Amino acid sequence: MIQQFANWLVYGIFGLDATTPLGIAVNFFFYDTIKIVLLLFVISFVMGIINAYFPIERLRQFLTSRKLYGLDYFLAALFGGITPFCSCSSVPLFIGFVKGGIPLGVTLTFLIASPLVSEVAIAMFLGSFGVRATLIYVVSGTVLSMIAGYVLGKMKLEAYLSDWVKTAQQQSNAQSEQWEAEHTSFIKRIPTIARESWGIVRGVLLYIIIGIGIGAAMHGYIPEGFFESMLNAKHWWGVPLAVILAVPMYANPASVVPIVEVFVAKGIPLGTAIAFMMAVIGLSIPEATMLKKVMTWRLIGIFFGVVTLLIIISGYLFNLVL
Amino acid sequence: MEVKVLGTGCSKCKTLYNVVEKIVRENNLEVTLTKVEDIVQIMAFNVMSLPAIVIDGEVKVKGRVPSESEIRDMLGL
Repeated sequence: MIQQFANWLVYGIFGLDATTPLGIAVNFFFYDTIKIVLLLFVISFVMGIINAYFPIERLRQFLTSRKLYGLDYFLAALFGGITPFCSCSSVPLFIGFVKGGIPLGVTLTFLIASPLVSEVAIAMFLGSFGVRATLIYVVSGTVLSMIAGYVLGKMKLEAYLSDWVKTAQQQSNAQSEQWEAEHTSFIKRIPTIARESWGIVRGVLLYIIIGIGIGAAMHGYIPEGFFESMLNAKHWWGVPLAVILAVPMYANPASVVPIVEVFVAKGIPLGTAIAFMMAVIGLSIPEATMLKKVMTWRLIGIFFGVVTLLIIISGYLFNLVL
Repeated sequence: MEVKVLGTGCSKCKTLYNVVEKIVRENNLEVTLTKVEDIVQIMAFNVMSLPAIVIDGEVKVKGRVPSESEIRDMLGL
């Protein structure tokens, strides 16, 4: 249906020829943009419904009030993915968790999963790479966050938190706080949730257009198999190089995914590409500066080091399996 | 009335502050509107998602930018 609409718009209304490269590129651009916008809206809407019934305060209470024998890592990763990621909330979330008495490892799991597995990343992956690659990305992103949080938790890093966070941690008030349910009916919530989802779409629309635009243009200009010689799976350094280049980069997944899709089409192994995108989406210099408010540089270094290492390992694994 | 907009400076936080400011200005409300950007002060309100609106010490909305009509309701318009 979307394809028919794109055909009608590009070939019918714009009058472009379906056999010219320009016609194909413009058609591809409209088809991909519409598809991804629809996907993003639907995914944000579903996540919005889950969030309305299980807000972050409730998760915190759940995590602090019972012994979960490791399941807490899984829940933190899962909810890190479902909670809409806003960079401005990562610091308050971190402190809120630590203050609530949630172990540092579980908190870090949430902090890693939150940007890595997000509605935008999922919609972009589904739209660009299909279901299989999306599942690989989401499952490995969740597992990676759990392992990273667990490893970091075992390293006893509490001493490297900022002083005021340590004070907050000592005064943790897990019991005093009760999660209050909002008694609003589901039907009444739908307009708010839909408006939020539209807000998410509108917020990244420009990035989607830029990313797909660059991707569509690159499709025509980079020769087939161009990267094969440079970043092939046969070269052992392909994965670490891609990941290390990606860590300091800060880019919206909406722009990165369509561009990387072209790289894959032109010969970069999918595993290397997924590892690259994980590093771009999950870690960045702006995030490090934001974390400076709650962590010492040493802890940020260890945190980034462990996550980078795990992304490199998963890159090798993807290339072995895929 | 005392209205505080909590936010660490992200785009959503700025949007919320601008909307509230516009409503206050247009209706000539007697409101002290402040922007709280310091994370230590923000955490004193016990919010985990931003932006948030605090009216007379009570957190009204957190983690999203409410619609203009919602904000009008909160301000008693």
